[in-house]
Amino acid sequence: MDPVAAKYIGAGLACLGMAGAGIGLGNLFGQFLSGSLRNPSAAEGQRGTLLLGFALTEALGIFSLLIALLLLFAV
Amino acid sequence: MADPIHQFELKPIFKLGRIGNTELVFTNSALYMLAAVAVIVLLTIFATRRGSLVPGRLQAMAEMSYEFVANTVRSSAGEEGMRFMPLVFSLFMFILILNLFGMVPYGFTVTSHIIITFALAAVVIGTVIVYGLMKHGTHFFGLFVPSGVPAWLLPLMVAIEVISFVSRPISLSVRLFANMLAGHIALKIFAGFVATLLTAGFWSILAPLPLALTVALTALEVLVAVLQAYVFATLTSIYLNDALHPGH
Repeated sequence: MDPVAAKYIGAGLACLGMAGAGIGLGNLFGQFLSGSLRNPSAAEGQRGTLLLGFALTEALGIFSLLIALLLLFAV
Repeated sequence: MADPIHQFELKPIFKLGRIGNTELVFTNSALYMLAAVAVIVLLTIFATRRGSLVPGRLQAMAEMSYEFVANTVRSSAGEEGMRFMPLVFSLFMFILILNLFGMVPYGFTVTSHIIITFALAAVVIGTVIVYGLMKHGTHFFGLFVPSGVPAWLLPLMVAIEVISFVSRPISLSVRLFANMLAGHIALKIFAGFVATLLTAGFWSILAPLPLALTVALTALEVLVAVLQAYVFATLTSIYLNDALHPGH
């Protein structure tokens, strides 16, 4: 296979990993919303935990985006 | 399209000398780090110079950032962990200011280089290991032996715990570095779309779309810049908690 073509196919495949982060973030915010609608008074105190979970989940999607960007621009 | 990697280039400012075959060069990265330290030092000195009971704007800012980090340390490492407060506060402010410097147009993002973030993570893990061994001696290795596990499962669990401990500095540094690098590259790529669309004749009427997306992404990047500093501080205090209380 042409190495340039292989590079672009690899970058596209690496982006598939971001689907996992999408599922995780949807789950995270969905669960937070359902919990906070059941007990709105407790929701305010958990906002820090929500943002921490957001950052930790987001980072895993960023890792696969990083591989794609490195393939596109650095290899 | 402009090369989106170009913004991370290290530019030498002046030469300091050489060690063997390696040149010692003062780069723009070093300049930004010095500027960040200067900003933090001046901010905290000026804010606390005249401590008044009703804080002014600057004093309120310094008190809020101190209270914020203190609450983080207290909730994950307990009252004992407060002896590491200076370390966690310095790390938090240093990463926060460097991340925010990176959001200034034409600015340089120091934390987008893995050697910088890995050095910071190595400081944290080094503190955990040295302090844990000093305080608990060989009991520190109880960290790797979970209690209440059947004996036949124990070798596997110890192996898993050791791997998870060794991968901590790597995940801590790669998380910060990858977030900064990928965020800034994404910003540059979307900004490049605007320039490419403007030269596209009739379709240049679509150019405001990626421009609006760039503005939204910039807002998200500012959030990420603050969040990553917070995450680094939180994980640092969680790891320090292991040095203080190694038993499971």
